[in-house]
Amino acid sequence: MTAETTQVRTPVRAAYAAKLLLMRVGVLPFFLVAALVVFTLASAQFLTAQNIINVARQSVYLVLVSLGQMIVLLTGGFDLAVGTTIALTSVISALIMISVMAVAPGSVALIIAAGCLGAMAVALLIGLINGTGVAVFGVSPFIMTLGVQSVGAGVALFLTGGVPVTGFPHAFGDTFGFGRIFGVPVTVAIAVVAIAVIGVFLYGTRFGRHLYAVGGNVKAAKLSGINTTATLLIAYAASALLASIDGLLLTARVESGEANLGGTIALQSIAACVIGGVSLRGGIGGVEGVVLGAFFIVLIQNGMDLMQIGSYMQMVLLGVLLIVAVIVDQVRYRLLIGAN
Amino acid sequence: MADLKRPIVEARGLTKHYPGVVALDHVDFSLEAGEVHVLFGENGAGKSTLISILAGATAPTSGLVEIAGEPVTVFTVRNARRLGVSAVFQEFSLVPTQTILQNLVLGEEPAIAGFLRRGAGRRRARELFNALERDIDLDRTVSQLSRGEQQLVEIAKAMRGDLRVLILDEPTASLTDRETDVLFGLIARLKARGVGIIYISHRIHEFERVADRVTVLRDGRRLSTVPAAGLSEEELLAMMTGRVMGAIYPKIARTGGPEVLRVEGLRAAGVAGVSFAIRAGEVTGFAGLVGSGKSRIWRTVMGLNRTLGGRVALHGKDMTGARTDEIIAAGLHYLPADRKTEGLVLAASASDNIALGMLGRTRRRGQRAGDVIVEIAKTVALDRSMLRRLVSHLSGGNQQKVLFAKGFGRDYGIYVFDEPTVGVDMGTRAQLYRVIKSLAESGKAVVLISSDLQEAMSLSHRLLIFSAGQISAELEGEEINEAAVLPHFFERRKAVA
Repeated sequence: MTAETTQVRTPVRAAYAAKLLLMRVGVLPFFLVAALVVFTLASAQFLTAQNIINVARQSVYLVLVSLGQMIVLLTGGFDLAVGTTIALTSVISALIMISVMAVAPGSVALIIAAGCLGAMAVALLIGLINGTGVAVFGVSPFIMTLGVQSVGAGVALFLTGGVPVTGFPHAFGDTFGFGRIFGVPVTVAIAVVAIAVIGVFLYGTRFGRHLYAVGGNVKAAKLSGINTTATLLIAYAASALLASIDGLLLTARVESGEANLGGTIALQSIAACVIGGVSLRGGIGGVEGVVLGAFFIVLIQNGMDLMQIGSYMQMVLLGVLLIVAVIVDQVRYRLLIGAN
Repeated sequence: MADLKRPIVEARGLTKHYPGVVALDHVDFSLEAGEVHVLFGENGAGKSTLISILAGATAPTSGLVEIAGEPVTVFTVRNARRLGVSAVFQEFSLVPTQTILQNLVLGEEPAIAGFLRRGAGRRRARELFNALERDIDLDRTVSQLSRGEQQLVEIAKAMRGDLRVLILDEPTASLTDRETDVLFGLIARLKARGVGIIYISHRIHEFERVADRVTVLRDGRRLSTVPAAGLSEEELLAMMTGRVMGAIYPKIARTGGPEVLRVEGLRAAGVAGVSFAIRAGEVTGFAGLVGSGKSRIWRTVMGLNRTLGGRVALHGKDMTGARTDEIIAAGLHYLPADRKTEGLVLAASASDNIALGMLGRTRRRGQRAGDVIVEIAKTVALDRSMLRRLVSHLSGGNQQKVLFAKGFGRDYGIYVFDEPTVGVDMGTRAQLYRVIKSLAESGKAVVLISSDLQEAMSLSHRLLIFSAGQISAELEGEEINEAAVLPHFFERRKAVA
C-alpha cells in the first residue's frame, strides 16, 4: 500500500514543481536540460569549456537582436524587420566608409565613426517608420514590420546589386570583428554593456515600467496617463538601433557590407525571446531570460553542428522549437493570468 | 475643502440619444459631499449612460453637468479625473501582469531624471492603502488577486488624485460576503473624508447598509429620488411597476406539444445547477439581469461554454457537452445576443448571410438558392431591396431581420432567441414578435432570453427567472405579472452558498 501511494504521489509532486517552474521562468529550463542531455550523449566535444566559451562568443550577435526584439515583444508587438535593419546597416556603413575614405583616406577614426553613425541613423529611421505605422496608424505590428522588411531588403540589394561591398579600412574589422579589450573580445564587451544598459532601463526607469504596462493592458496604461504612442515609437526605435549595432559587428566580422546578412535572425530572435520567457501577448519577460534564450539557440545550433546535422534540418528543428515554445507560452499565460 | 452645502455633482436635464434610442431623457441628478447615492433600475434604464457621462466616457446630447461648481464642457476621462471624478467599473483597468505597487504608481512613478525612486514609490503606494486602512502585500501580481482585492487596488488607485466623486458600478457583483463587508467599511471611511459616492447595484438589501439616497431610473427617465432611510423593498419595487404595456406584444396561442429538451443540474461558469424542460408549441421565457446566468445556460447547451456537470437531453438523446455543430444538426437554432460579433458577417451582403444559414440544407430538385432566400426574407419582413446590400450598411433593425432569417435556412425544432430586440426600433420589434408568434404557433419550441422584462413577460407562456446563476422562480400563464416577477429579479437576500 505505502509503496503504491508514494509511487502515485511522487509524479504528482514533480508535476506540480514543473508547473511552478514553468510559471516562474517559462520553458527554457526544460529545453536546456533536454539539449544538454542529448548533445552530451551524442558528442564528446560538446560539454567542454572551450566549446561553451565558443558558443557564448557566437551568441553575442543573436543576444543583441533578441534584446531589441524583447523590447518590442513586451509592448505586445513584433519586429520582423530586424534582419533588414542588419542588412541595410551593413551595406550603408560599408558604402559610407568607402566614400569618406575617398575624401579623407588618412583619418581612419573619422571614416569608421562616419560609417557607424550614418548606418545607425538609417536604422533609427527604420525603427521610427515601424513605430509610426504601429502606434500612429494602427497597422498590425506583424504586417508593418513585414512590409518594412521587404522595403529594406529591396533597398539593400538595390544599393549593392547583390554584390558584397568591400574595401573599407581593415581597422574596422580588426577592432569590432576580432579585437579584444582587456583580454575580452570586443563583441562580448559590447554585448555585456548592452545587456547592462537595457537591464537598467527596463527595471530602473519609468520608461521600462511603461513598456510593461503598455504590453500588459494598453487601456489601463492610457488611463493612467502614459503616452502609449511615444512608448511604442521608442520601443521600435530601440529594437532597430540594437539591430544596427549587430549589423555593424557582423560587417566587421565578415569584412564586407552584405545585403544578405541577418536573413533568418527575425525568427531566431523571436524564438530566443519566447524560449526565454517573453510572452507574445506582451507585458511578461525579462533581460536574463532573453540572454539565456539566445544562448540556448546558439547552443543547440552548435550541438547539431557537432552531431553533423545539416543546416537544412537545423531550420526544421528551429521552427519546431519556436512553435513548441509558443504553445507552452499559451499554457503559461493561462496559468499566470487565468489563475482565479 | 469642498463646500458641504453645495452638491459636488449637479446634473440638469441630461439627455443622451443613440441612433434609434433615447438612452437618457432629461434626467436631473445631484450628489452631496460625503453622500452615497444609489442608482437603481433594470438593465437599459439609463444607469450606465448616466455614469459614463459623469465619468467623462461619453458626452451628453444635451443637458448640463457641474462638478464642484465648475461646469463641465469637455467630456473626457482625463478631464473627469482632473475634476476629481473616478469610476471603478466591473471590468478593472489594471495591468494584470504587473504588481499592485506597479499598478498603483503607474504613470505617476516617482523618479529622478526618469530613474525610478523605488522607496518613494513604495511609500506612496503604502499611503494610498493606509488611507483605506487596509494592509496588503504590494508585491503580489494583480492577476493573482481575488476580485475583491483587485477592486481594492482599483479604488486605492482612484485615490491618487484629489478624489471627490467615486463611481462604483455593481461593486459587490462578484465579491464574497467578507469582501463586501470590507468594501462597505471602505465606503464609510471615504464618506467620512467627504467623498461623494455614486453606487449602482441591483441588490436591494445593500441599500439600507450604505445608501443615503436612491434614484430610480426606468426607460431613461428618472422616476424618483428618495431618502434611503426607512425605504422598504416593497416601496422600491412598487415604484418600478405600473408601466403601461404597449400594444406591440402579440398574443401567442399555446398549442402545447411534447417535451423536446430537458436540462438537469447543468453546471458551468456562472451557472450553478439548473434544471428545466422545454416543450414544443410554446414560448419559454428566460428573464433576469445581465449576468444572472440566463444566457450562459444556453451558451453552455450550445457548446459555446464548457459544461462542468449535469445533463442535457435533446429529443430524448443525451447531448451533454456536445459540440456546437452537433447541437445545430440536432435541430437547435441559437440566435446570439451580439449580432455584430457573433451573428453576422458584416462585410457580406444580406443574402450571403442568409445563405450561410442554409449550409447543410437538403435541396429540392429544381429549387434555386436565390428563390429560397427571397422566400425567407419575406418570412422575416425583410425588404427585397435590402438583400444585395452589405450588412454593415443596414440599420440595426434590418440587421436583426437578417439574423432572424438565418434561422430559416434549415428546419429547426427549437429556436433560442438571445436578446432578440436589443437596439431595434419599435416597428421592427413588432415584426420580429410576429415571427416569434408564427414559429411558436406552428409547433416549434421557442426560447426567449431577454433582459427586457416587459418583453419576456408579455410573450412567454412560461417564465423562468434567474438570479445568481440559478432559477429563482418559475411562473406560468396568469401568474406572470410585474408584482410576481420583480421580487425574484433583484437579489434581495444573499444566496446561501
